[in-house]
Amino acid sequence: MDTLHADLLLTAPELLMAVGGMVVLMFGVFAAQKRPGIVNALAIVLFAATAFLIWRQPAGVLATAFAEAFVVNDFTRFAKLLVLLGAALSILISTRFFEREKIARFEFAPLMIFATLGMLMMISAGGLISLYVGLELQSLALYVLAAFNRDSVKATEAGLKYFVLGALSSCLLLYGSSLIYGFAGTVQFDGIQVVVDGGRNLGVLIGIVFILAGLAFKVSAVPFHMWTPDVYEGAPTPVTAFFAGAPKVAAIALLLRVLFDALPHAAADWRQIVTFISIASMALGAFAAIGQTNIKRLMAYSSIGNIGYALVGVAAGTEQGISSVLIFMAIYVVMTAGVFVCILAMRRVDGPTEKIEDLSGLMGSRPLLALCWIILLFSYVGLPPLPGFFGKYYVFGAAVEQGMWPLAVIGILTSVVAAYYYVRIVMLIINGAPPEKPFEPTMGGELRVVLGGTMLFSAAMIIVPGILVGWAGIAAAALIK
Amino acid sequence: MLSAIVFLPLLGALVAGFFGRLIGARMAEIVTTSLLGVAAVLSWMAFIRIGLNGGEPETIQVATWISSGLFEAGWTLRIDTLTVVMLVVVNTVSSLVHLYSIGYMAEDPHRPRFFAYLSLFTFAMLMLVTSDNFLQLFFGWEGVGLASYLLIGFWYQKPSANAAAIKAFVVNRVGDFGFALGIVGIFAVYGTISFDEVFAATPAMVGRTFEFAGTQFDVVTTLTFLLFIGAMGKSAQFGLHTWLPDAMEGPTPVSALIHAATMVTAGVFLVCRCSPMFEYAPDTLAFVTIIGAITAFFAATVGMFQNDIKRVIAYSTCSQLGYMFFAAGVSAYQAAMFHLFTHAFFKALLFLGAGSVIHAMHHEQDMRKMGGLYKLIPFTYAMMTIGTIALIGFGIPEIGGFAGFYSKDAILETAYAAGGVGSFGFVAGIVAALMTSFYSWRLAFMTFHGAPKWKHDAAHAHDDHAHVDAAHDEHHHHELHPHESPLTMTIPLAILALGAVAAGFVFYPYFIGDGNLETFWRGSIFVLHGEHVLHARHEVPEWVIWAPLTVTVLGFLIAAYYFLWYPKKAAALAAREGLLYNFLKNKWYIDELYNLIFVRPALWIGRKLWKLGDGWLIDGFGPDGVAARVKDLAGRAGRLQTGFIYHYAFAMLIGVAALLTWLMFGGAPK
Repeated sequence: MDTLHADLLLTAPELLMAVGGMVVLMFGVFAAQKRPGIVNALAIVLFAATAFLIWRQPAGVLATAFAEAFVVNDFTRFAKLLVLLGAALSILISTRFFEREKIARFEFAPLMIFATLGMLMMISAGGLISLYVGLELQSLALYVLAAFNRDSVKATEAGLKYFVLGALSSCLLLYGSSLIYGFAGTVQFDGIQVVVDGGRNLGVLIGIVFILAGLAFKVSAVPFHMWTPDVYEGAPTPVTAFFAGAPKVAAIALLLRVLFDALPHAAADWRQIVTFISIASMALGAFAAIGQTNIKRLMAYSSIGNIGYALVGVAAGTEQGISSVLIFMAIYVVMTAGVFVCILAMRRVDGPTEKIEDLSGLMGSRPLLALCWIILLFSYVGLPPLPGFFGKYYVFGAAVEQGMWPLAVIGILTSVVAAYYYVRIVMLIINGAPPEKPFEPTMGGELRVVLGGTMLFSAAMIIVPGILVGWAGIAAAALIK
Repeated sequence: MLSAIVFLPLLGALVAGFFGRLIGARMAEIVTTSLLGVAAVLSWMAFIRIGLNGGEPETIQVATWISSGLFEAGWTLRIDTLTVVMLVVVNTVSSLVHLYSIGYMAEDPHRPRFFAYLSLFTFAMLMLVTSDNFLQLFFGWEGVGLASYLLIGFWYQKPSANAAAIKAFVVNRVGDFGFALGIVGIFAVYGTISFDEVFAATPAMVGRTFEFAGTQFDVVTTLTFLLFIGAMGKSAQFGLHTWLPDAMEGPTPVSALIHAATMVTAGVFLVCRCSPMFEYAPDTLAFVTIIGAITAFFAATVGMFQNDIKRVIAYSTCSQLGYMFFAAGVSAYQAAMFHLFTHAFFKALLFLGAGSVIHAMHHEQDMRKMGGLYKLIPFTYAMMTIGTIALIGFGIPEIGGFAGFYSKDAILETAYAAGGVGSFGFVAGIVAALMTSFYSWRLAFMTFHGAPKWKHDAAHAHDDHAHVDAAHDEHHHHELHPHESPLTMTIPLAILALGAVAAGFVFYPYFIGDGNLETFWRGSIFVLHGEHVLHARHEVPEWVIWAPLTVTVLGFLIAAYYFLWYPKKAAALAAREGLLYNFLKNKWYIDELYNLIFVRPALWIGRKLWKLGDGWLIDGFGPDGVAARVKDLAGRAGRLQTGFIYHYAFAMLIGVAALLTWLMFGGAPK
């Protein structure tokens, strides 16, 4: 078997995704302009097929393709499956929303596909070039998605802000990459790992800071988070749901790859940076959310805070830390999908609403939905035995294991502050006066499926947490080698 | 059988308390009263067997209560002469009060609760008197305190009743604190709290000291002193007496049972029970004598000018308890117990008689609004008169008299014979006897004689009294017609009157006759100098023997002059409001003094701790402060989000610059 053949075989999922994306686009243009639902369905099928191929890739081995520009191991497989799950769920819950808002277009699905493809590339990047290609592929699609409701001033503004700031972050990333390249003489992670051996070099330090700044922008960590609330609020809700899930997983995975594959010997340096942005994110996520009245904006700060918790595990810098981050992100993706389903269900006869106060008295009018809200919010709080508790438990545990207990303490304290705004919503749901205009009495079947799946996942996390923990452990072991 | 005496009241309390609603008020009354009746009969049988006929004292092991290391506390019934005397007093009065309450409380909607409390009190009191160690004694001690609190505040709708209940509880805490310290001290010194072991070890303890705060304290003196502090609180001795008059806010049967005959005598019982310790602590005994004498004198002076019929009797009780204590103080424990015994009869009689008057007057308690009642309630009048004669201790030496005569005169004579601080007790006692006679007859004359004063202002006679229930209120709109009480109330009066007349001469030979220590008390009371102390009273001068009768008659004459023959003069005197009159009427201003010294500073400190300590410091810098800072931070964090893209970009670049600076100059720890 020659090299090209092997390389193509290894990249088969991404190739399928790329070709499939273009096929879907063509199908949309020529056959289904008026029926975006079919395009969406095709996209989900494509995701499922890709996921199947990734699933079938050989386990427990490290394989590279295209001169080590593309890497596949258990870690990338785990992250990719998670990304595909998040993306597929987002498409699933979007169709009906767009139709009812009369902004359904067939371009949505191809954009989602290309964005997801970019994420898969990011996760598998073996060098700075492939990293940047994947990142830009993802970002460009996301910019468009943010402004997908192009007749809305808010959405357009969100897309534009995202684009300009994203461009700035790309600049930072590229500048950092060039500095690293200038120092190391190579763009491959393996090579960089050999050269950056922990000796203090100003050029390398600056390079690390700039690369981290660029990646921190993608995970929306403080102080590179400023776009997040505006974009979350402005973008259509299913897009926000997408933003909150899959790209965060991909960016965290990429961050882990860069830190552990390319810069493991500079850990003493990057741990300080990661610790700082972790604390800043947790604190801002907790405090700034308190004053919010818009549920999507609140979720933006919530996601900033949650990324802060995930970064606690990253800062731990151990295999246990990586596995805790993966567990945390998996739980986070599922919970977020569930919450956004609930947000999508906030729809009255005269249209959707995003005000938190409209949840008042939900327990009386929609008890089952209210119960789901309460379970999800308490899961975010980290109340045992709900999944969110396990996520935080493993992350903080990894930090404490490394003697970083001040970081864990800060994390727990900010959790307490954050609990305030989550529990306030719970109180509003239970005790609030019944709303004048109640929500629609039912919600779409696909929303129910996703919400039910979320609840099943929660139950599974309580009953058999070992499955997820086991997979995350295998993935983490692959990264640490 | 002896166990039944103790546990029947508990059974009654549980039945009435937990199933009162189920079985109804009438059943609750019948159950508790009949159980108490049985207990009373059994008590008398035990008294005759163990006390009078010289049966062996018994000890009944009920259960092991606490066993922890060196600390052992059993739950044991100790039945000796001292105990059976108390059993008779407690169960007799209690059963009569139960019976009486059926009539007195007939209009109250909460009768099951009332009877449950009464029975609970009786049980606790029995636990107290049958205890075999200090801890069990303390259990009963606190139990009666609780029941007293509950019963004083029985009419909880009345703010004054609640205040009185709390006052009784808090003032008793002061005494109980001393008592508890004493018990702890006993365990620390003796290593045991069992009566027998402690008493047996006491002679060896004489002269031993322990150090506290750099000073040496005599062991036995200190411990007995602490125990006596507890007794002072419970028995309302001078200094800790303030709660007793206020406790009259409770229903009158409660006053008769708890605040006259039984609970308040627990202090006397404690001193007598611990006589094997007190006998080795002469300093404490002197203190007991002085406190007792002061109380006897003080309470009598105050009692002279009270207008509330129950308060007069309350101060009288206080005063009589003083007699008992200074008798104990001069080692005449037998006389103290004898006075306790007779006092229980005539004081309960007086209280229940007063209750009968109050009942007749529809809950009017002010004697100034009574008068001329002897024609309308002749039976009550007769009974009250018997009680009065018994209280003032009327009797002719060498011939005989009412119950109080035997016990009180024995105390006074013994005190004189003892000399020293005993002389002080004698003088105070004689003066107090004069005043006792005066206020007792004043009460009788104001209530039963003279012109009826209730006809004029019947319409607004009871505005300031408890409106117990709606049915009761209806009474108030009719014109007042004093009427004799029902049989359930008059029968107890008759029985108690019998005791008030006869308890003296019947039991005199047993309690304080010659050879009483060997034949009657048989070790339950210990006197260092034996018979001699009590016997010495036979050798006092003739005038000492006749002095009590003289002052009693004198007191009667003064009272008759002012309140029977020339009532206008008394009113004129009262209207002048002389300095002494006001001083006595206001109870020596002791309540005001305590208010100034203790209550107000405590309230001030409490307020400061609340406002400054809790509100400002803990809340301000704790929960509230943190919450407020979080809100501030939240507001500021929200304002960071300006919406301007160049601010966002600026923040990113600042972040990069800050991280770079930190890494370059902060340096990485290697």
